[in-house]
Amino acid sequence: MTSLLIQYLKPHKWVLVLISFLLLVQVVSNLYLPNLNADIINQGVITGDIGYILKSGAIMLGISLILGISAITAVYFSARTSMRLGRDIRADVFRRVQSLSLAQMHEIGVPSLITRNTNDVQQIQQLVMTGLTMMILAPITAVGAILMAVREDAQLSLLLVVIVPMMLLVIGWMVVKAIPLFQVMQIKIDRVNQVLRENLTGIRVVRAFNRTHSEEARFDIANDDLTDTSLKVNRIFALILPVLLLIMNLSSVAVLWFGGHLVAAGSMPIGNLTAFLAYIAQILFSVMMAVMTLMMVPRAAASSDRINQVLNTAPSITEVDHSAGPVGESAGRVELRSVQYQYPGALDPVLHTISVTFEPGTTNAIIGGTGSGKTTLINLLPRLLEATAGQVLIAGQDVRQMPQEELWAHFGLVPQKAFLFSGTIASNLRFGRPEATESQMWRALEIAQAADFVRALPEGLASTVDQGGANFSGGQRQRLAIARALVREPAIYIFDDSFSALDYATDSRLRAALRQHVADATVIIVAQRISSITNADQIVVMDFGAVVGVGTHEALLADCQTYREIADSQAEVAAS
Amino acid sequence: MTPSQQSSAHSSTSSPPPVRMNERPMGPRGPMAGMVPSAEKAKDFRGSLKRFSPRLRPERAVAIVVLLVGAVSVFLTVLGPKLLGNATNVIFSGIISSRIPAGVTQAQAIARLRSTGLTTQADMLSAMTLTPGQGVDFTALGHDLAVVVVVYFAASVLSWVQNYLMAGVTQRTMYRLRTEVDVKLGRLPLSYFDATSRGDLLSRVTNDIDNISMTLQQTLTQLVTAVLTVVGVLCMMLWISWQLALISVLTVPASFGVTMLIAKRSKPHFVDQWKWTGKLNGHVEEMFSGHELVRVYGHRQAAIREFDDANAQMAEHSFRAQFISGIIQPALMLISNLNYVAIAVIGGLRVASGSMSLGDVQAFIQYSRQFTMPINQIASVANLLQSGAASAERVFELLDAEDEIPDPLHAEKLNDVSGRISFENVSFRYLQDKPLIENLNLQVVPGQTVAIVGPTGAGKTTLVNLLMRFYEVQEGRILIDGIDSTAATRADVRHCFGMVLQDTWLFEGSIYDNIAYGAYIATAADIEGAARASFAEHFIRTLPDGFSTKLTELGENISAGERQLLTIARAFLANPSVLILDEATSSVDTRTEVLIQKAMAELRRGRTSFVIAHRLSTIRNADVILVMKSGTIVEQGTHDELIALGGYYRTLYLSQFEASPVENADDSVS
Repeated sequence: MTSLLIQYLKPHKWVLVLISFLLLVQVVSNLYLPNLNADIINQGVITGDIGYILKSGAIMLGISLILGISAITAVYFSARTSMRLGRDIRADVFRRVQSLSLAQMHEIGVPSLITRNTNDVQQIQQLVMTGLTMMILAPITAVGAILMAVREDAQLSLLLVVIVPMMLLVIGWMVVKAIPLFQVMQIKIDRVNQVLRENLTGIRVVRAFNRTHSEEARFDIANDDLTDTSLKVNRIFALILPVLLLIMNLSSVAVLWFGGHLVAAGSMPIGNLTAFLAYIAQILFSVMMAVMTLMMVPRAAASSDRINQVLNTAPSITEVDHSAGPVGESAGRVELRSVQYQYPGALDPVLHTISVTFEPGTTNAIIGGTGSGKTTLINLLPRLLEATAGQVLIAGQDVRQMPQEELWAHFGLVPQKAFLFSGTIASNLRFGRPEATESQMWRALEIAQAADFVRALPEGLASTVDQGGANFSGGQRQRLAIARALVREPAIYIFDDSFSALDYATDSRLRAALRQHVADATVIIVAQRISSITNADQIVVMDFGAVVGVGTHEALLADCQTYREIADSQAEVAAS
Repeated sequence: MTPSQQSSAHSSTSSPPPVRMNERPMGPRGPMAGMVPSAEKAKDFRGSLKRFSPRLRPERAVAIVVLLVGAVSVFLTVLGPKLLGNATNVIFSGIISSRIPAGVTQAQAIARLRSTGLTTQADMLSAMTLTPGQGVDFTALGHDLAVVVVVYFAASVLSWVQNYLMAGVTQRTMYRLRTEVDVKLGRLPLSYFDATSRGDLLSRVTNDIDNISMTLQQTLTQLVTAVLTVVGVLCMMLWISWQLALISVLTVPASFGVTMLIAKRSKPHFVDQWKWTGKLNGHVEEMFSGHELVRVYGHRQAAIREFDDANAQMAEHSFRAQFISGIIQPALMLISNLNYVAIAVIGGLRVASGSMSLGDVQAFIQYSRQFTMPINQIASVANLLQSGAASAERVFELLDAEDEIPDPLHAEKLNDVSGRISFENVSFRYLQDKPLIENLNLQVVPGQTVAIVGPTGAGKTTLVNLLMRFYEVQEGRILIDGIDSTAATRADVRHCFGMVLQDTWLFEGSIYDNIAYGAYIATAADIEGAARASFAEHFIRTLPDGFSTKLTELGENISAGERQLLTIARAFLANPSVLILDEATSSVDTRTEVLIQKAMAELRRGRTSFVIAHRLSTIRNADVILVMKSGTIVEQGTHDELIALGGYYRTLYLSQFEASPVENADDSVS
């Protein structure tokens, strides 16, 4: 955590110096007040010098004001610094994630990356905000108060040798006992919430199997468990405050007893007693503040570990900044030469020595069981993943020699999950081509068989799309995602199982329109069922990461064992 | 100090999970949020409080003890400074006494001072009890201090007892509230769950309950102690010096005024802060989830630009919100220091004039510090209560929702059902003005298969809802073996059915537990048998721990096809008389697909089944086909009858199946 904080606090180092100075002013003033109060007693009250009392009072007033102003200024700078620090970390994490490859993203997980970019940064930001005030303030106050106490009377300060370690002991006990319990409690809360979540998502199944009561019992166990742990945690905390208060109060008693002797012996003026009591109170207060902030540290440390992991991940795909020259071949030609791909840390490659070519103006299909590497293969083309061996050539150029933005301009990708962005239908269609005209969008919608339902919407292209496209059905989402690719008019289309949510009629109309309108482009379709790809110009059959057959439907039926097996199994399914 | 629970909804859009400590809530509302009215306010604060109080009733006895113990503890704590002040007085008078030679009386000493013009000192001395010539009376001092030690010790012990008991009160209350909510979820009709967004419901049962729990923990003890302390301290201050007390009391409205003034100014900034936080989080979520699209569609620079913009806005608004609300603390500190100065000066003057003792001033200073702290606490607790009440309101809304119609008292028994199902003039609509199923009649003989076909969104699941009594028919009736299903208990009705839906639901637990979900008593052999019958055994055996393999929440560690097989095994074990199957269209690989098909066929053998059908083979072999379109049943009959009819089914059939290149062998288009 320290490295992260040092790195991001560095640009603010002068502000930090200023904040520390302001806090120092604050502490010194705060400590000086009891001192003046002692003077009032020693020199004003005892000698009856009213003028002195008033004069000291005026000084105290002035100091209070200085204290207030410096405290407010410190809040200003600490709020500004911590929010800027949060902003900068967030920006860096976001940019870093944008440059990670798909494999790297999946290694950490998308939901986790989202949390890291948002909540985790918030945790750090919050810690810095409190840290800049409390965490600096607490030790300065404690040290200052101890120094002042010693100055007031060295002998009496020996009491601190007893008091301070006692407090530290109590806090240490709390940290050791309570923090692990806190973590356990969090797990139990998660468990309770998980049972509830499972019950809500599975409500139909729970009721269908008449398991409402056993679910209640399951919940009860989790609930009981949470209550137990919460009780334990709360009971520890129930003890801490009274104990700390007792230590402080007994210290006051000790100060009066021993101080009384010193005063009687004439070695200490009586006003110092009052000041001494005030210092002890301040030491205790700063210790308690430190405890509060300490509680935040383990959580923030975990957050910063997660953030660091992202920031320390070097993008596995590096960018070339020069173009390798004008595209020689036709833009849609895709060629894989002995391509291999192995996920980081995996024992075996998921793709071995794949060599295949997709020509412009053809429809190509990739078929194979789950885990045969179909999606991995198509992710290699726009360099979302980088081949671990071999070459991927787009329009005759090695993808590694092309600037990424230039490479991507060749593609219209429709992923398995039809993902829409919040905004409007138009903003989604323009996602890959900001300057697309309305007529271009309508044309794409027509081909994607989405024009009818979009037209039926009261606001047409301007209709709102909720996050994740939640206000559209699965089939509508898929068609919009296809239209989005069409608007781009790319040289290469990739459809990764993109027709699964469409009903039969729509599906066949869409395919027909597609054939007609994108005749010049290279179309690559990942499919689950043979029936949907029989018309393809070229079918690539994959099994366990290898290409086991390439050809037309008839050719493959004739001489590809795996293809026949798939065809048979699908026929068998239909016949059963 | 009371630790608090943290909210932890799973959704990534939820606000950051806060770690909150006493008086210093961190997280979504910012570090100084305790002082700032939260954006979320209860609509009817009193109402929620009133509704919540009965839930504390079982703790009445403990609560009374807590109150008494708390009162005594506060009384003792409050007594402390005064007693310490007395001790200071003993020392002070000892010092003064030692300066007066023995044999001179106090009166003489005062007179001497007056004659030398030291009237102030004379005044001060006249207010003290002096024993001239003697030093500090350590016996008296020791005695006084011993009393203080006892008082403080007792106060701490009692305060501990109070906190300890209070922890029990709050935790037990929360336990009961959570149970109440969970039981309520079991009684709500399905329509409630369908009509309410899942995220919102989840947030109510998790975040809101956590928030109430935190509010309870922090407010109850603090509020009791703070109020008692304010009262006690005020009494002590008045007792010592009403003039000084007046000054201290003045700080109360000043503190409240300043807090409110600042809070009011910071509120719009907080609103902006949360607005931008939401925007930013939403943007991050979308850009990360649609990562490959962002890249391939060349949207990366635009995404970064948009992010930077939202990020800068959020930082700016957070800064303003944090800064303005951050002023509260220093401002209160300033007020408290002004109070301190005033007391030091005026107190000093009063000691000098003999109208007050030094120990009393010292005690008063301590009191004035003790006075401002609980007042600030009450202010922050009031805020916390507001947010807690808002949560309570949302939970009460859930608890107020109407229950399912209870089962009939003398329900008909449904034992050993043969599987004869009839719909008699059944009508149903979700919305009153949108007719859905009108006057449906259907006779299903035991062992028959009913295929339900139609495009997506045609309302095929509505029939399932009615059969399972997830929803109640509005007119007509559904008979199971001649018995009106509403005359039986829901449990009995549902016991007749086995359901395998596309939306496979599994819970965190072993595969054993998940399969056994379908039957109350099942041996390991039964479970393995069911797995074998449903062709799930093979894949289960290849898992590292076989049947004991732990599934993660929702079974995400196995494939969709494997999940489907497990739900079939679950239905197998339940051994129902009637089946409801939803054939999968989702991307399941071909090999598993074959297994699923075989397993479903096996499961259907000898049972009445309702199949939401996507496969030609199922449809053609069905005894009855129900054709649904935009929510209504448009045609009904066998395949041949419907083809002969030449209506919607025929069109559907021709467009979907006939064009298929694999003759009669096609199942669906992926």
